[in-house]
Amino acid sequence: MTTTEMPGTLRRILDYSSRADPYPLYAELRETPVARQEDGSYVVSTYRELTQLLHDPHLSSDVRNLARPMPSAEGGGTPAFINVDPPEHDRLRRMAMRHFGPPHTPGMVAGMQGDLTAIVSGLIDDFAGKEQIDIVDDFAYPFPVTVICHLLGVPREDEPRFRLWVNDIINSIDYDPKIDPKEKLENGVRARQDLREYIGGLLEQRHGRPGDDLLSRLANDDGPDGRMTDAEIVATANLLLIAGHETTVNLITNGMLTLLRHPEVLQRLRDEPGLVVPLVEELLRYEPPVHIIPWRAAYSDIAVGDTVIPKGSQIMLMLASGSRDPNRFHDPDRFDPDRRDNQHLGFGSGIHLCFGGPLARLETQIALTELVRRLDRPSLVTDPPPYRRSPVLRGPIHLNVEQGAG
Amino acid sequence: MTSADNLRAFKRDGRIVVVGASLAGLRAAEALRDEGFTGSLTMIGDELGEPYDRPPLSKQVLTGWVSAGDTTLPRRRDINAEWLLGVPASGLDLATNHVRLADGREIPFDRVLISTGVRARPWFVESEAALDGVFVVRTREHAEGLQRALAAGPSRVLVIGAGFTGSEIASICRERDIPVTVAELAPAPLVGALGAMIGDVAADMQRAHGVDLRCGVKVTRLEGDAQGRFRRAHFDDGSTIDADVAVVALGGIRNTEWLRDSGLAAGVWGIACDTGCRALDLNGLITDDIFVAGDVARCPNPIYEYRLISLEHWANAVEQAQVAAHNMVSGQADRWPHLSIPVFWSIQFGVNIKSVGVPTFADEVVVSQGSVSDRRFVAAYGYRGRVTAAVSFNNAKWLDHYRKLIETAAPFPPPCPTPDQPVDMKPVPVDFPGPTLLAQGATVVVTGHDPGERRVTAAQYHR
Repeated sequence: MTTTEMPGTLRRILDYSSRADPYPLYAELRETPVARQEDGSYVVSTYRELTQLLHDPHLSSDVRNLARPMPSAEGGGTPAFINVDPPEHDRLRRMAMRHFGPPHTPGMVAGMQGDLTAIVSGLIDDFAGKEQIDIVDDFAYPFPVTVICHLLGVPREDEPRFRLWVNDIINSIDYDPKIDPKEKLENGVRARQDLREYIGGLLEQRHGRPGDDLLSRLANDDGPDGRMTDAEIVATANLLLIAGHETTVNLITNGMLTLLRHPEVLQRLRDEPGLVVPLVEELLRYEPPVHIIPWRAAYSDIAVGDTVIPKGSQIMLMLASGSRDPNRFHDPDRFDPDRRDNQHLGFGSGIHLCFGGPLARLETQIALTELVRRLDRPSLVTDPPPYRRSPVLRGPIHLNVEQGAG
Repeated sequence: MTSADNLRAFKRDGRIVVVGASLAGLRAAEALRDEGFTGSLTMIGDELGEPYDRPPLSKQVLTGWVSAGDTTLPRRRDINAEWLLGVPASGLDLATNHVRLADGREIPFDRVLISTGVRARPWFVESEAALDGVFVVRTREHAEGLQRALAAGPSRVLVIGAGFTGSEIASICRERDIPVTVAELAPAPLVGALGAMIGDVAADMQRAHGVDLRCGVKVTRLEGDAQGRFRRAHFDDGSTIDADVAVVALGGIRNTEWLRDSGLAAGVWGIACDTGCRALDLNGLITDDIFVAGDVARCPNPIYEYRLISLEHWANAVEQAQVAAHNMVSGQADRWPHLSIPVFWSIQFGVNIKSVGVPTFADEVVVSQGSVSDRRFVAAYGYRGRVTAAVSFNNAKWLDHYRKLIETAAPFPPPCPTPDQPVDMKPVPVDFPGPTLLAQGATVVVTGHDPGERRVTAAQYHR
């Protein structure tokens, strides 16, 4: 264990200038698997230590277990299950999962295949006549947003309203009081408030009106755990709306970027559509949409590697670094869709494993299959593309592609 | 020729015979091909048909959700093997390296893998076991027959034995709204595997789901009617119960009888082997060409004081098969030890029960996370101050953590609190039923006096 010098590797990773390629810095970080920072927090970057922590019941997701409470954009609202520990976490997640997956609703995601393909086809039809396509604005953003709106029961036409809120919330996730202007946090707090009020308004209309969307189901559910409170439903819906927005956009865009950088794989995907399944898994390892879990708390002293992390410490989990750890993955910086035993950290691991993972997988599989099938000799206009600010949810802000080139 | 040349020649065109074509045998065969073995591969199995998965037979197949025929094991790769199915092996000749089949055929080999597994222990009175309506559950045909009997809507089912299989079957009866009586000799269900504390939880769970649970009793007689249909069971306390179906769930018998004259250390406990899956002979000496994997193997585990342990667990069969296959085609220096921590699972009465480690290797147990009354918790098992096992009820996602505690001999009870703290964190004695319940007769005797002439020979099996 060492205390890193400032500006240390982490600071450079968080700095926007490294957004296009943080991977060499991750390699530097992995030289100290569990690194204590000057402020007393810990950064964990190696696969074994990350998986060990993600399965360690002493790792808390409840902000109240931090010795030095963090400025949070939650603003005192009811937290969603991503920021709650068992048993509350288990109860809330179970109640949400009742309407999303097995054992209660097993066919849900698989049953969306037709709708997803139709949305994707429609978006690609609209490419016709365009000289340049922005994979983000023209495709990877509208697709999952349409899906999550439909799933939750949020009107698609309200998207311009909540897009701004979601942006401010995402920006505030990695708020650092030492370097960021205070408005960044305040905007996040306000945006969460606005989004809560907005979803709360939708929820009010759903009480007593059973329907197929998630808000209606949660509002009228009478499962073995009873019914969520309105505040819990709003928190859950907010979480799913944000996560459904931001992560899949990055995964699809990173996927297209990676394929365009590996034309031989792109050609293979065209020839063997079945390749898309392992390919998306490799993508989740190689260019994941979520790079960092910005904080967890040590509920008690936690022994990991050669280090004991003291109770109350803040812990940052560098998932994307773990998925590139050469001690776990052979030749980790190679994009290899044939990779076996690919237990990446793209969806995290343990009890907080990505709730929407099965949907994100299917969305990305369909999106990449159709893009590759229908685009005519696509090529990148700029490489690297411009990136979003966030080092946590990392992905291009635009990905311009030309067709019919050489 | 050097031994490396020998190994290369063996990998190229040697002869491997796998006796026992179920999960361990199939996975070993696949792993052999993965390892580059291109010689001849022969699969011997006493059941007809493709290898299939057994865990669903006491679960999804009995609810009628999955048909018994749909449990065929997925093939991970082509194994290009000759399949000799439907005839059991009846002997192993180590002098000439042949497997003898019950129909008289002799199959030569250079190396052999024994994965003959376990069969269901039948009801001890043959004529009563033959009654219409009396079942065991081990094979596809068993499960299919019992499923049909349950679908016919019996007035009551009697389950004899409340281990995992018996408890799962009782659970399915309740799920199908069939009245069920469970008779168990021990003081509670699951107690032999998991101890008294979990046994009490399991008993509460059964009763809460309407099972007529009778512990500490022995079924003495199964009575049939004139048509040979099972009608009534008699208990040792003089009471009786009327039922149309009896399921005998009294555990398994390891399929080692065919090895009685082979000179291997095979007996009721299984076939002893080293962690490299090489069989021991009767004298306890290691053999070179005989390997063992799966339920029938009895392998030392260094974590548990090097005791020889046989495990009837799905994951153990898979992992042991992998190691055995690797070692069958590797030189001495490249061999792997089978050192995994045992894992198994069960689903009953809506609860996922999962275990890591060896719960019987413990003197104390403590609820370390969650709530017993809510039936979602983890219990940690300790032996002389270190963690040796953990069992979860609807909390399986934490077991990787406990596996790590077992592997690192972490202190017991686990000292640091977690969120979701149990109300009572005081360890209690683990309390397994005494070994008298499990005792077996001697299997071998030692003869000779000088070190050079002392030998072990198989004793007559005691009944």
